[in-house]
Amino acid sequence: MSVILTFLLVIFCFGGWWLTKNHFLSKPWLEHGAPAASVDSDASHRQTAKIGLGVFLAVIGSLFAIFTSAYFERMGLPDWRSFQLPRLLWVNTGMLIACSAALHCALIDARNGFLVPARSGLAIAGVAGLAFVFGQLAVWVQLVNEGLGVSATPAVTFFYLLTGLHGLHILGGLVALAMTCASAWRTTAISELAPKIELCTIYWHFLLAIWLAMVVVITGWAEDIVVTCSQLF
Amino acid sequence: MVEFTPKAAGAVPPAEVPDVELYHPTNWWTKYVFSQDAKVIAIQYSGTAILVGLIALVLSWLMRLQLGFPDTFSFISAEAYYQFITMHGMIMVIYLLTALFLGGFGNYLIPLMIGARDMAFPYVNMLSFWIYFLAVLVLVSSFFSPGGPTGAGWTLYPPQAIMSGTPGGQDAGILLMLISLVLFIIGFTMGGLNYVVTVLQCRARGMTLMRMPLTIWAIFTATVMALLAFPALFVAGVMMLFDRLLGSSFFMPALVELGERLEYGGGSPILFQHLFWFFGHPEVYIVALPAFGIVSDLISVHARKTIFGYRMMVWAIVIIGALSFIVWAHHMYVSGMNPWFGFFFATTTLIIAVPTAIKVYNWVLTLWRGDIHFSIPMLFALAFIVTFLNGGLSGLFLGNVVVDVPLSDTMFVVAHFHMVMGVAPILAIFGAIYHWYPKIAGKMLDDTMGKIHFWITFIGAYAIFFPMHYVGLVGVPRRYPEIGDMSFVPESINELNAFISIAALIVGAAQVLFIFNLLWSIRHGKDSGGNPWRATTLEWQTPTTPPPHGNWGQNLPVVYRWAYDYSVPGADEDFLAQNDPWPDKPDGAQA
Ligand code: HEM
Ligand SMILES: [Cu+2]
Repeated sequence: MSVILTFLLVIFCFGGWWLTKNHFLSKPWLEHGAPAASVDSDASHRQTAKIGLGVFLAVIGSLFAIFTSAYFERMGLPDWRSFQLPRLLWVNTGMLIACSAALHCALIDARNGFLVPARSGLAIAGVAGLAFVFGQLAVWVQLVNEGLGVSATPAVTFFYLLTGLHGLHILGGLVALAMTCASAWRTTAISELAPKIELCTIYWHFLLAIWLAMVVVITGWAEDIVVTCSQLF
Repeated sequence: MVEFTPKAAGAVPPAEVPDVELYHPTNWWTKYVFSQDAKVIAIQYSGTAILVGLIALVLSWLMRLQLGFPDTFSFISAEAYYQFITMHGMIMVIYLLTALFLGGFGNYLIPLMIGARDMAFPYVNMLSFWIYFLAVLVLVSSFFSPGGPTGAGWTLYPPQAIMSGTPGGQDAGILLMLISLVLFIIGFTMGGLNYVVTVLQCRARGMTLMRMPLTIWAIFTATVMALLAFPALFVAGVMMLFDRLLGSSFFMPALVELGERLEYGGGSPILFQHLFWFFGHPEVYIVALPAFGIVSDLISVHARKTIFGYRMMVWAIVIIGALSFIVWAHHMYVSGMNPWFGFFFATTTLIIAVPTAIKVYNWVLTLWRGDIHFSIPMLFALAFIVTFLNGGLSGLFLGNVVVDVPLSDTMFVVAHFHMVMGVAPILAIFGAIYHWYPKIAGKMLDDTMGKIHFWITFIGAYAIFFPMHYVGLVGVPRRYPEIGDMSFVPESINELNAFISIAALIVGAAQVLFIFNLLWSIRHGKDSGGNPWRATTLEWQTPTTPPPHGNWGQNLPVVYRWAYDYSVPGADEDFLAQNDPWPDKPDGAQA
């Protein structure tokens, strides 16, 4: 359970920092009066969407952290056998990185007011994202053809489970991306577009990070790293 | 007095807090059914939760009938008994308490108490309710599925949960239960995002975090905990679904059933226990914290006194929330884990008692020399404090490994957790409903019926669960439909069991009176006016009661003070509303 506990520790540290920023030591019974109104109501509106996304990502993070904990616990049991990962996985990983990069470029373009390059960035990201999904499906097909069905070994089951769950989140991201694309092609007001692209980009970067973490876990590198580190002491 | 801003408080510019863009309903369907108004959603959540809660109540009657009068009711077989305890436990904990505290009170109170028009994401909020509703339908449908609902116990421990010896294990029962839980978690996450973001972003001008009523602090913290803890249940549920449907072996060891070796092998049932209790223990506080917050506000209002140690109360809430993530294995003392772990978890468990005790002391000190009005909400709040204290004390015993090991899986544990997380939160819920019903309906609940309801429920709950401690101490095991002749159990336990069962029937019947009161008072109750308890918090200061869509009419409230200014010397009344600029002039009325 160490993975999820570490994750929680990070969250709690963040929470503690946030509390200190919000004057948790103040004495409200002595205070009186109201602060001046905030001027930029638009900015705080955008902030709301971003914070909503942030909280959502924390929940997804905790979901994958718990899965990883369960993975390591199960891995410690005697019947664990690892299996050969299909090569295609690396191509897919490349696709996901490409998708994140394209979105990032789109975001920078949109911020600088270039509509057309932003649109093409979004389109490339969409294609790369779809390619990732189909690539993952192809990996599943390969595994099944090799005789590694869902219940073959615990490692294989976990592989399907983690890639499947990650894939579902990717599908959700694709829907959001499609909606952003739709509004990118409809409007010419780039200032409205940039915040939407920003939300998409944050989400996709996060899913990329989760994916890389999952790769480290599934390939067994995580274990190697832990072993190497423990030998240092 | 310390000024809040360097600016003189009298000359604040008019409210310019950004308004949430409200979706305005256009017809009956979008107004009452697929509504995006948090208040309507709150009532939908509460109504659904109370209805399934009634099912769970009837199940508890059936269980008590069997325990009190074994061999009398032929329709309650051992299998049926297991199904009853499972559904009763799961419904009470998840579908009633969690949904009612967070979905019901969270939705109603958060926007009103912090001075917002609505939740941050109303559409997602609506989806949250309907997914919850779907989860309830799936759950209830398992009663009608072939083989009936699952009888695995509310903890759903594998391997038995998905084996043929357990009711519903190889039928649809366990599947429907797991699917329903997964749906519940998805729906809750949508709602939870709303509660958190609304508290963070939509507070009225002047409503700093440390000015929020404790109810909001508690619901906020509980929601954060739930958002982090429910994924563990999600993971456990999905992995169990894989084991059951696809034949994987996450949790399933090698097993022989009816002389045949099953295809499972190598999995770990203990892993499931870890995942389940990683969710399960925080869950206890997910239902306890909102009760803490609500009770703090109730006693402050009804004793006309400032809450004692507000800051300490806030910190205690947050600390309890954080600590409750590192105590889960105290539910697993008998699972054969490393004794050092037992030592660690016993220690953390006892440490949590410190902030919890601080809360109890502060409640008592708030009451000390208060002008206590024994209104019905106050009665329930006081009953909560006693009951929670009672259950908490037996929890201190059970937190120690050496005490827990012999008592584990006896009725003593059942008595303990019913006191602390069954009866106590329910009492807080009743208190809250009597307190806020006037805001929701514009009418008071009937006092006489309320008093009868209170006394029967309070005394009755003790009649049920107090003797149950003794039943457990002499060794009557939990989850047994009947105990047969056990030589170590004295004969007289049978009479005690019959007594408990009769008390349970009476308490259950009293709840019918409560439901009747709720419905009757909508029409026949006394008009309550906007602020019948003369309370300070913002929800009582709405321009009209019940509050309309958008809550505040033209202008959002501006907050000048914290939530607990009762009996302030020099003020005209014995309370100062949070949006009362006293001793300065109101906004706009510059002299
Ligand atoms: C009138 C009130 C209630 C009565 C008479 C009652 C009675 C019972 C009985 C007889 C059992 C089974 C004991 C056994 O044989 O193991 C039980 C189990 C349980 N009850 Fe209640 N109960 C009541 C209210 C509640 C409430 C409000 C909660 C909310 C937390 C709750 C949560 C549970 C849980 C979690 C279990 C354990 C189920 C299991 O063992 O799997 N009960 N209750
Ligand atoms: Cu616990």
